[in-house]
Amino acid sequence: MTAQLSGAGPVPAAPRTAGPPAPPPRRRHSGRPVWAGRPSTSLTIGKGFVLALLVAAVLVPLWTVLVTSLASRGTIDDAGGMVMIPREIDPSAYITIFSGGDVTQAVWISTLVTVLGTTVSLVLTVLAAYGLSRPGSVAHRGLLFYFLLTFLIFPGLVPSYLVVTGLGLKDSIWSLILPSAISVFNLVVIRAFFMNVPAELLDSARIDGAGELRILTRIVLPLSKAVIAVVGLFYAVGYWNAYFNAVLYIDSNDKFPIQRVLQSYILAGQSPNVSGASVSLPGVTAYPPTLAVKMAVVIVTVIPAVIIYPFVQRHFTKGVITGAVKG
Amino acid sequence: MSAPGTVETRPPAERTPPPRRPRRGGRRSLRARLRRDWPLLAMAAPAAALLLVFHYLPTLGNVIAFQDYNPFVGDDPLDAFLNSEWIGFGNFEALFRDPLFWDAVRNTLSITAFQLVFFFPLPILLALILNSVVSGRLRGFVQSVVYLPHFFSWVLVVTFFVQMFGGAGLLAQEMRQAGLQPWEIMTNPDTFIVLVTAEAVWKDLGWGAIVFLAALSAIDQNLYEAAAADGAGRWRRLWHITLPGLRPVIVLLLIMRLGDALSVGFEQFILQREAVGREAAEVLDTFVYYQAISTQQWGLGAAAGLFKAVVGLALILTANKVAHRLGEQGVYAKS
Repeated sequence: MTAQLSGAGPVPAAPRTAGPPAPPPRRRHSGRPVWAGRPSTSLTIGKGFVLALLVAAVLVPLWTVLVTSLASRGTIDDAGGMVMIPREIDPSAYITIFSGGDVTQAVWISTLVTVLGTTVSLVLTVLAAYGLSRPGSVAHRGLLFYFLLTFLIFPGLVPSYLVVTGLGLKDSIWSLILPSAISVFNLVVIRAFFMNVPAELLDSARIDGAGELRILTRIVLPLSKAVIAVVGLFYAVGYWNAYFNAVLYIDSNDKFPIQRVLQSYILAGQSPNVSGASVSLPGVTAYPPTLAVKMAVVIVTVIPAVIIYPFVQRHFTKGVITGAVKG
Repeated sequence: MSAPGTVETRPPAERTPPPRRPRRGGRRSLRARLRRDWPLLAMAAPAAALLLVFHYLPTLGNVIAFQDYNPFVGDDPLDAFLNSEWIGFGNFEALFRDPLFWDAVRNTLSITAFQLVFFFPLPILLALILNSVVSGRLRGFVQSVVYLPHFFSWVLVVTFFVQMFGGAGLLAQEMRQAGLQPWEIMTNPDTFIVLVTAEAVWKDLGWGAIVFLAALSAIDQNLYEAAAADGAGRWRRLWHITLPGLRPVIVLLLIMRLGDALSVGFEQFILQREAVGREAAEVLDTFVYYQAISTQQWGLGAAAGLFKAVVGLALILTANKVAHRLGEQGVYAKS
């Protein structure tokens, strides 16, 4: 078996240290384990092709939309529509949408909802997760059951709608926040992390006279930064992406979140009655809806996810799996 | 999860089962435990209250499915609820006689079935491929790229598809330049089921692979080594070690998918319903929406919603029971 040193695969593997027998790696970080044979060439090519296809399927649309949003009118006319190869950069589409008007307003609303909502959700979820993280405390089992039961029963759209409107939340941005503020799945994920904090640590803090709140903020939270970051991202993305709740509950144009504007602005030509109400296309009267402007709205909608993403991405697997396994 | 101290103190002659619940600090009075634990209760209270208002209250509110609910007989929804007339199963009778409802049920079930066959196995395949990529850097790059669309909203996903495959999109544009007649992908009711599945795959393929990747990394590498030493080739190792290692996760996700058989997602269908027409794109969720909120038939919409919830619950309980029979853990294993 000579193949294993060459590190087969679509690209050359990282150089292997040949010498000292390291402890057996759980994951193959630096090359193929000795016992694994080398895959056939056709298999390797097939895998490389599939992966390249997947990466392209994500990156090509993103790239095309980005380039089109930055293209000048002439470039778009020459291409006959979407542009793939950038020639000249023209940021005027972005200047247009950010110089006031519905898109600017919607970005502001969505930002507000995202920041406010994520804060509310994280605070409430962390508190509840800590409150439930002590097996044996009063009503622990009952409370946990109360939270977990929500996985099995579904409230239904009509009664939810009536409750939200009955509380007077219709056409208020709180209707985008409060009904979806608690994700029990996220709660279970955080709780699992909290339960992994060594009990001795908590006990010693208690002996030193710390109350539960202080233990949470001073000891448990600093140890759980990774999971808080991931759950925070989940919540933030959820609020930023909220569309259907806005269709249900928001009536006035100046409270539309960005997804709602994106839909009426770009998809509406295809599906004008989507909201059930007649939408006066926001922005259409204010400036001509050129393709570049439309694509700029798409990019603005994408950007927050793309920006936050790299910071928390490395925690995904850990956070998601802990919750799934321990839950 | 077990507190040894409490069990030992029981006289062994007693035939009652030992107390399941571990009591922290032995047998203290409830009041003492309350004094000790009240901060924990207070911390969980706000979240519990929100769930009460926005989850449990609407769940109870489903009883309006048995009412001729009319929002105008009262000043607010509660008042209207108290003043509305009870009509027993009238809404359900009307619902089950409504051919549109059965259209929606059929569409929902076909989409679920289609996605079960053409979507469900893909994340497993992707995880297997990724897992076999030796270069950590390449694997990391591919993973970060394919996870990304999961964080896009449905509005964005549909927008991207329109811009790529729509009448004025990139593909149509290229085909026109090549002198071809562009395909009608985004508005064709006949292929709508393929389109929504493709969108779902684009959005969640990478994300779905995460849990399988984790399961793969938990498989004992020594098993592979031993199998290789015994002469098992690549495919035999896949068949006899990898797939059995993934089995619990596959069963778990399959159950969850089956329990969700009646919900294929709101936004994706609301967004495209007009473009392809109601016949193909009406699913149960959109049916509820259009019956209730658009055409104000609250009772009928609530009945459809309740039907969906009850059948969904029955499905998940059944699937889980089957999983237990098969010796798998299922969703809510007895802990």
